[in-house]
Amino acid sequence: MSAADLHEPESAGGLPIALTRVEKSFGRLSVLGNLNLEIPAGQFLAVVGRSGGGKSTLMRLVAGLDTASSGGVSIGGRKVERLHPAVRLLFQEARLVPWQRVGENVGIARGVDWQARARRVLADVGLEGRENDWPTVLSGGQRQRVALARALVSAPQILLLDEPFGALDALTRIEMHRLLEQIWSDRGFTTVLITHDVAEAVALADRVIVLKEGGIALDIDIDLERPRQELADPRAVDLQRQILEAV
Amino acid sequence: MAETSVAGYAAGDIRSPVLKGLGRALAPWALPIVLLIAWEIAARTGLVTARLMPAPTTIAAAFWRSLLDGSLLFHTLASTQRALIGLVIGGGLGFVAGVVNGLWKPAETLFDSTLQMVRNIPPLALIPLVILWFGIDETAKIFLVSIGVFFPIYINTFYGVRTIDPQLVEMASVYGLDRKALIQRIILPGALPSILVGLRYALGFMWLTLIVAETISATNGIGYMTMNAREFLQTDVVLLGIIVYALLGKLADVATRAIEKRVLLWHPAYQVKQGDRQ
Ligand SMILES: Nc1ncnc2c1ncn2[C@@H]1O[C@H](COP(=O)(O)OP(=O)(O)OP(=O)(O)O)[C@@H](O)[C@H]1O
Ligand SMILES: [Mg+2]
Repeated sequence: MSAADLHEPESAGGLPIALTRVEKSFGRLSVLGNLNLEIPAGQFLAVVGRSGGGKSTLMRLVAGLDTASSGGVSIGGRKVERLHPAVRLLFQEARLVPWQRVGENVGIARGVDWQARARRVLADVGLEGRENDWPTVLSGGQRQRVALARALVSAPQILLLDEPFGALDALTRIEMHRLLEQIWSDRGFTTVLITHDVAEAVALADRVIVLKEGGIALDIDIDLERPRQELADPRAVDLQRQILEAV
Repeated sequence: MAETSVAGYAAGDIRSPVLKGLGRALAPWALPIVLLIAWEIAARTGLVTARLMPAPTTIAAAFWRSLLDGSLLFHTLASTQRALIGLVIGGGLGFVAGVVNGLWKPAETLFDSTLQMVRNIPPLALIPLVILWFGIDETAKIFLVSIGVFFPIYINTFYGVRTIDPQLVEMASVYGLDRKALIQRIILPGALPSILVGLRYALGFMWLTLIVAETISATNGIGYMTMNAREFLQTDVVLLGIIVYALLGKLADVATRAIEKRVLLWHPAYQVKQGDRQ
């Protein structure tokens, strides 16, 4: 039943995501109201918005960790009812299992030949030869790399990232951006990145949406060529200003 | 720590590191040795009544005698066997109950409050009842030991399972772990530090209950040996029995520490850093 068996090829491409008239409330608190969103296969979407604006809630709905109060989420044309095996999540915290070594953490779902696959992805994220270390000895950035490797090892078709770089220092964050962008362009999975950091959104995404009061306040394409320089580009600065105004 | 010793060395300390290491290894034994010598002198000079508090050498002689006639080994084995059987039964049940109640809410609702109530009865208060039920044979003593070890293991296993980081559990389900893998790879290893704390307490209770049970009714075991010696006013044998208990207790503690060190390798508190001494 492990997801790894189902998705053996390393670049499985992406799957489209569609949200139709999604509403979500917790008791009396309405978090998302009548949300429509189509994410084409392979797109890199960034979601920005104020704290408490429902970004994580949106992500949990897509992941199938939670169900919408009304409306529906579909992945690859099929309604999401439970955890979809082609979807992988990166949380704000790395959530590594402290009593498993780095390699075991990456291969947490086990499956065929998991050790060799874990070693390979670890090398992809720049942690070659660290599979026998304990997670506790890693730095914050290295832990997120392990978490990324764990997500990638099963060749996901959708990668959801809930502010995974929020706790990292600026330099490490830029390193992680480069790594993510490179892996994403190699493998072509659909990516949804939740972030507070507008510069991060503009630097990485094909498209940015601003989530505000339960709806989409801005939906903007980022037509900058890749790889992108984080700073400098006046067009990027202009886009950042537009997004900030909408938040 | 390294810095102070380096500083001490620079300040003109010319003793070799080997001697220093030896000195540090012997230091904890200095006080017991002085006490033993003082005790010996006090017993020999008649400062304390030898009948009530025999000299260390008298106890050593009693040790030697009982070693030669095999009685010491016989009684120690009898006690250890009871202790271990009780530990396996009571500890095993406590572990299973802790895991089941920790994982499965209906079981907790059904059993936990009852168990908490029973827990407040000291196992030794059950002795009269246990004698009525089982007589004074092996079953009675093993039953008491089992009860004594059950609760520390149960409570700490339950607590360990319950306090697993829910974020890890969520992560594991996102990554496709089924229930069996979740329990094996996330929940039990995560609960292990707490379970081992339970084991340490359980071992303490194990000897405690056993001593009392054996002094009340037994035909062998260390408890029997000391009670028997008391009737013949062999204070040296009584003290010998007490020392054997202390050693067995210490041995159990050393064993659990060794287990902890082995299985909690991942835990930052157990990762041996360069230059640390245990
Ligand atoms: N399980 C829950 N039960 C009740 N309320 C919830 C639950 N999950 C989220 N909420 C509420 O929904 C709202 C949106 O939460 P959400 O976590 O989606 O925000 P967010 O945009 O991710 O914020 P942040 O940027 O701070 O992470 C918040 O007001 C939160 O309190
Ligand atoms: Mg959030």
